[in-house]
Amino acid sequence: MKKMIKLTAIALASALALTAGTASADKLKVGFIYLGPPGDHGWTYAHDQGRLALEKELGDHVQTTYVENVPEGPDSERAIAKLAETGHELIFTTSFGYMEPTLKVAKRFPNVKFEHATGYQRSDNVSTYVARFYEGRYVQGVIAGKVSKSNTVGYIASFPIPEVVRGINAFLLGAHSVNPDIKLKVVWVYTWFDPPKEADAAKVLMDQGADIITQHTDSTAALQAAAERGVHAFGQASDMIHFAPKTQLTANVNNWGPYYVARAKAVLDGTWSSSDTWDGMAEGMVVMAPFTNMTADVAELAAKTAESIRTGALHPFAGPISNQAGEVVVPAGAVADDGMLAGMNFYVEGVDDKLPQ
Amino acid sequence: MTELLIASIMTMMTAATPLVFAATGELVAERSGVLNLGVEGMMLTGAVFGFAAVTLTGEPLIGLAAAIVMGALASMIFGVLTLSLLSNQVATGLALTIFGTGLSALVGLDYVGKTIEQIRAIHLPILTDLPIVGRLLFGHDPLVYVSIALLGATHWFLKHTRWGMILRAVGDSDQSAHAIGYPVIAIRYAAVAFGGAMAGLGGAYLSLVYTPLWAENMTAGRGWIALALVVFASWRPSRVLLGAVLFGGITILQLNAQAAGLGIPASFMSMLPYIATIVVLVLISRDSTRIRLNAPTCLGKPFRAER
Repeated sequence: MKKMIKLTAIALASALALTAGTASADKLKVGFIYLGPPGDHGWTYAHDQGRLALEKELGDHVQTTYVENVPEGPDSERAIAKLAETGHELIFTTSFGYMEPTLKVAKRFPNVKFEHATGYQRSDNVSTYVARFYEGRYVQGVIAGKVSKSNTVGYIASFPIPEVVRGINAFLLGAHSVNPDIKLKVVWVYTWFDPPKEADAAKVLMDQGADIITQHTDSTAALQAAAERGVHAFGQASDMIHFAPKTQLTANVNNWGPYYVARAKAVLDGTWSSSDTWDGMAEGMVVMAPFTNMTADVAELAAKTAESIRTGALHPFAGPISNQAGEVVVPAGAVADDGMLAGMNFYVEGVDDKLPQ
Repeated sequence: MTELLIASIMTMMTAATPLVFAATGELVAERSGVLNLGVEGMMLTGAVFGFAAVTLTGEPLIGLAAAIVMGALASMIFGVLTLSLLSNQVATGLALTIFGTGLSALVGLDYVGKTIEQIRAIHLPILTDLPIVGRLLFGHDPLVYVSIALLGATHWFLKHTRWGMILRAVGDSDQSAHAIGYPVIAIRYAAVAFGGAMAGLGGAYLSLVYTPLWAENMTAGRGWIALALVVFASWRPSRVLLGAVLFGGITILQLNAQAAGLGIPASFMSMLPYIATIVVLVLISRDSTRIRLNAPTCLGKPFRAER
């Protein structure tokens, strides 16, 4: 049933989107596939900001189209193919679940360039890209370590995948770097987007004494639930300060714009080739929202931490790091390599939770 | 510990409230003999129109009124199709859910990412500040009290008023009620409209109180839970509250257990209310007299006047 509605939505959306964009033929047509609506103020919103940045920067040479609310999995194949069929030469598919469909469509359209966000499979005309969000989470941890009075932080986690586990670990390492007494309570909600459930999780964590809430889910519900009780929280994927002016400490802002511009330029220059990009603060793909609702010295420390990560002076996963069993996984003087980060499926020492398997 | 317990009970009550509204409405519709599977769609309709009305006017009461009216209107589509045109109730109800999901997404396009002033918990001087019982009795948001009053009123209406008895008679034996001269179809229209209005209110509770935002498909299956709840309560209002606290509360308990690090698998806890429903169904179906006492006999059957 749900599928049927979504399919109609796709059909409608693609019809609308595609009729909107058939003007000048000499411009490079760039297509985007979105998981949610651009107005979600989270994941999709951030990608749409990237698209707008691309239009602003290269408006004379590119023309963009997007299709929103495309469900992950096989259904997305038609939406992607539709973009390819209608002359789009560069297509960004912006969610993990579009991996197989993207690869399949890419095989049928060898002259079209595809960019798949957060995936790990590439081909001659499929690149992957993702951001080092954990760098921002480390900074959030530092802030939480300084701001929390109850020394209890609530963490709303979506699915037990490396991306999320890495965020939890980075947050804890950041928090413990300034306050070893911080306890992290983790709740798994098994969804990216279910506002009432996200709010439930926030409430439960606050019931159990958390005075800071952070989340790896996409809606603003948890932030708003924290605001209702006067507890601090972090925004996710975009600056959500507008939803909770007195609550948000900062937010990880996913800044895709520079990457989208660079890739479109590469297609225009004819220099595009399949690549695997994992950029962070240094490249400007991860940006912190302004540090608000904290004292000046905490804000200064947060800014300094972010700057050290940006310059490379500080690595969030610098040794010595032990896992929960107390075994050293990153020795002193070393940093976790990308292989370990990409496949991270263990908690570091100090996380007060058992990782669901 | 007491603080945690009180806080958990408070959170459970808010989780139960949208279910109480939707289930009470559906219960009345089913007692009149109409099975409306469109609860989820009507909840979404109420949620989006309630939110839109508050965004436009800033008035929570107008938002709630809009949700009630639009929920009832959505149910009237179902009413016309099943009661006047005698279409299949199951299929039409499912269609109503699909329709409500799509309509709410369309109407809600402009309201995604908007913020409104949330309807907050009440605070009575002295009473709310009483130790322990203060917050439990006097610290909820206004709609929690409305939902409990609604349950009480529904119970009283069905059991102790003449029209309540007529409504039950219509659900138990439409032909006899018709033969005596009661307007079966009109009564069913009224019951369905009430069901739609309450589902709309339950949806608005989510978008105005629970999380003050609109998101596509934000009821996330709570309409279906409300339907299961009516069966769980074996069509008795007095049991709806218990069921709603159990169904809504188990999610909260599950999250609490995780946050406390108890190591109980989340999926196991989430499964419990559904297992409970199946157990209740099996228990009440085992005994044929009990079924006759509980389930409305004409549930889901279209009514054609014989004379």
